[in-house]
Amino acid sequence: MRFIRTKAAIAVAGLALSLAACGDAGTDNEGVEVEASEDASFEAGTRMAELAEAGTINVGVKYDQPGLGFNETGSDMPTGFDVDIAKILVASLGIDPEDTSKVQYVETISDNREPFLVDGKVDLVLASYSITDERRQVVGQAGPYMLTGQQLLVPEDSEAAGPEDLQGKEVCSVTGSTSLDNAKAQGMKPVGFDTYSQCVDKVLDGTVEAMTTDGTILAGYAAQNEGALKVVGEPFSEERIGVGYSQDYPEMCQWINDTLEAANEDGTWAEAFEANLGASGVETPDFPELDPCES
Amino acid sequence: MEAFINEFPEVLQAFGYTVLLFLCSGVLSLIGGTILVAMRVGPIAVLNKAAATYVTLVRNTPLLMVFFFFQFAAPKIGINLKFVDVHIGSFDFTSFFATAVVALTLYTSTFVCEALRSGVNAVPLGQAEAARAIGLPFSGVMREVVLPQAFRASVPPVASTLIALLKNTSVAAVFGVLEAAAQMKIMTNNHADERWGIFLGVALLYVVLVELVSLVAISFERRWRIA
Amino acid sequence: MAAGVLFDAPGPKTVARHRIYTIISLVVIVAALAFAVKRLADAGQFAYALWEPFVTPQYLTALLEAWLDTIIMAVLSVLGAVVFGVVFGISKLSDHRPVRWVSWLVVEFFRAVPVIMLMIFCFYAVFGDMPIARGAFWSVVLALTLYNGAVLAEVFRAGVNAVPRGQAEAAYAIGMRKAQVMNIVLLPQAVKIMIPAIISQCVVALKDTSLILIVFGIGLTKIAKQLPLSFNNIVPTTIVVAACYIVTNLVLTWLANYVQRKFVGEKKVLQVSMVADVGEAKTTL
Repeated sequence: MRFIRTKAAIAVAGLALSLAACGDAGTDNEGVEVEASEDASFEAGTRMAELAEAGTINVGVKYDQPGLGFNETGSDMPTGFDVDIAKILVASLGIDPEDTSKVQYVETISDNREPFLVDGKVDLVLASYSITDERRQVVGQAGPYMLTGQQLLVPEDSEAAGPEDLQGKEVCSVTGSTSLDNAKAQGMKPVGFDTYSQCVDKVLDGTVEAMTTDGTILAGYAAQNEGALKVVGEPFSEERIGVGYSQDYPEMCQWINDTLEAANEDGTWAEAFEANLGASGVETPDFPELDPCES
Repeated sequence: MEAFINEFPEVLQAFGYTVLLFLCSGVLSLIGGTILVAMRVGPIAVLNKAAATYVTLVRNTPLLMVFFFFQFAAPKIGINLKFVDVHIGSFDFTSFFATAVVALTLYTSTFVCEALRSGVNAVPLGQAEAARAIGLPFSGVMREVVLPQAFRASVPPVASTLIALLKNTSVAAVFGVLEAAAQMKIMTNNHADERWGIFLGVALLYVVLVELVSLVAISFERRWRIA
Repeated sequence: MAAGVLFDAPGPKTVARHRIYTIISLVVIVAALAFAVKRLADAGQFAYALWEPFVTPQYLTALLEAWLDTIIMAVLSVLGAVVFGVVFGISKLSDHRPVRWVSWLVVEFFRAVPVIMLMIFCFYAVFGDMPIARGAFWSVVLALTLYNGAVLAEVFRAGVNAVPRGQAEAAYAIGMRKAQVMNIVLLPQAVKIMIPAIISQCVVALKDTSLILIVFGIGLTKIAKQLPLSFNNIVPTTIVVAACYIVTNLVLTWLANYVQRKFVGEKKVLQVSMVADVGEAKTTL
């Protein structure tokens, strides 16, 4: 009797599973299409030549920032602006950027970007990686390919116009980012959460007065919640988002800058911006001026 | 160790939150656990079942998911605690603190309930029978005879539960309360070369707190021991 | 104590009173549930679009894989904890005072430190240069091994002490050595008593795997963190993920009870107090 019941239970579970497999939820976030360059050639002995020769490369990206670097559950191909710029760089080496057996998009978080570059676990980092003097002591940073500044996202009916109106008030941001330290320096009380969308929810339901991080990210959320949220205030910090590489290969800087410049000229840069961040109503900015490479 | 000493005021403030979380949710959990155990052993079958279901469900859910529910899911259906806004000295008691207390209380109550139930089970049968024989109603049996003894017998398991609670307050670190574990995470991030010192320093303070609760529990146990 | 002895068999008046209480409680419970359901419905949380990911193969597979990951982390850490527990449990029973003291110190330390702190430390300081998903995985396993190992060391000591004293005395009397008494007489009996406690510890470990979220989401917590980013369905996700944990834990609890009945009989499950008693550390064989 018991045996029959178990069998029946298995049958029911199986039925549930086969029924279950009929949903087709999905998100579409395609980004730009980049084709591997056919005529990639680099001076022998450079890191680029080595990578092109090997045909494989590891790139560090974020997995949890929709619009910049985001890996959807159950997928091995992340999407976002950072990822698209990475694809442009990878393609210029003659490697197919969509082939995940050749290109590994390694997940990086704020704390492990430098060690990963230094130890050679990744060849490039494109993970909303701000260029700072401190970081340039340890790793190479080319670019910037995007300029943003920290701003505030507040409810539509809020009277706050900048950090000065939120002194001593709770302001939400993501832990492990510089945003929290900046908010504290501006006299606000930082509250740290795990992802930006959790912060957005906290602003929407009025638990915190505002959230703060890069203006581009905020603009996306403001557009998503039009009529409920708005971005206010002048940027109170400047973030210059660049590409990280290892200091062992200084020749990579010029290659990165040249590729970025080319992407700007043929319009793929703007296309990537629109595809990932522009849909939310942000105007595509001018391509930033690149830092010259040393030597 | 240098970072730990330099930022000691912040560490103390963070441990202040830990202790406050512990005290608030500790007291509320004892009350909640007592109510639950009364429902659990009482004569009303429906309450009995309801309490048993609640205890089974919550005990088997990770505390983190309980936090998740109250911090993120409940506001979506219009349940939040944003009206809490009290500031005392350098401590802020806002919705994040309140939500942490609610989550910790609802979770810990179930463990207190089970601890008290083991205490009730430890009271000899004859006690309740004698109480009934002299005509006490259920409330009297419980209040005058069974519970006072059950409370004594359950001091060790309840103390275990409270020590677990003290350590569990660290989960609030994930949900916007700057208590000891959150402070440790920030310092670990900022001072990569001093991770051992920071870890040992914060750990030591936790050990001190746990030993304090242990000592209080042991002294209660000795004082209340049933002869 | 059986609940039945707390009150008399109710008379007609009491029965009527209880019936009223039952009705009142039923009304309150039903009202509370109805309120919750109504709130969920009003907020549109039953919309199919929010639940669809859980019946879509891509996400369903990811959920099942994450579930499996969580179970593997819990099982690995409990296996590690058993080894840790046996080593330190035996050391705590050692005849040599320094060994006893050191193991007492280690066990007390890991019992007093929150698991979340151990995880933060392991993630940054021990497995910092692994790829982060793997680093997070081993951080969970190591942190839970240390914590649960410390608890199991106590379980183990209590288990050995729960073997009637006469057994050890008899074994010594027939000329066995210390190691023999432990290996041949005490351990086999102690392990039998311990098995249900070890399975119960699996429940604790399984729940605690979620704490890694403070540095990085892996296993079921990854689903809880990532899926709402795609579908804005945090309420359904929370419910589904919590259900996964609850189901697994109920199976484990059932298993622990079964093993208890099968191997140990109706005796009480071995319980270990979190309250450190310095006096206990002096107990020897």
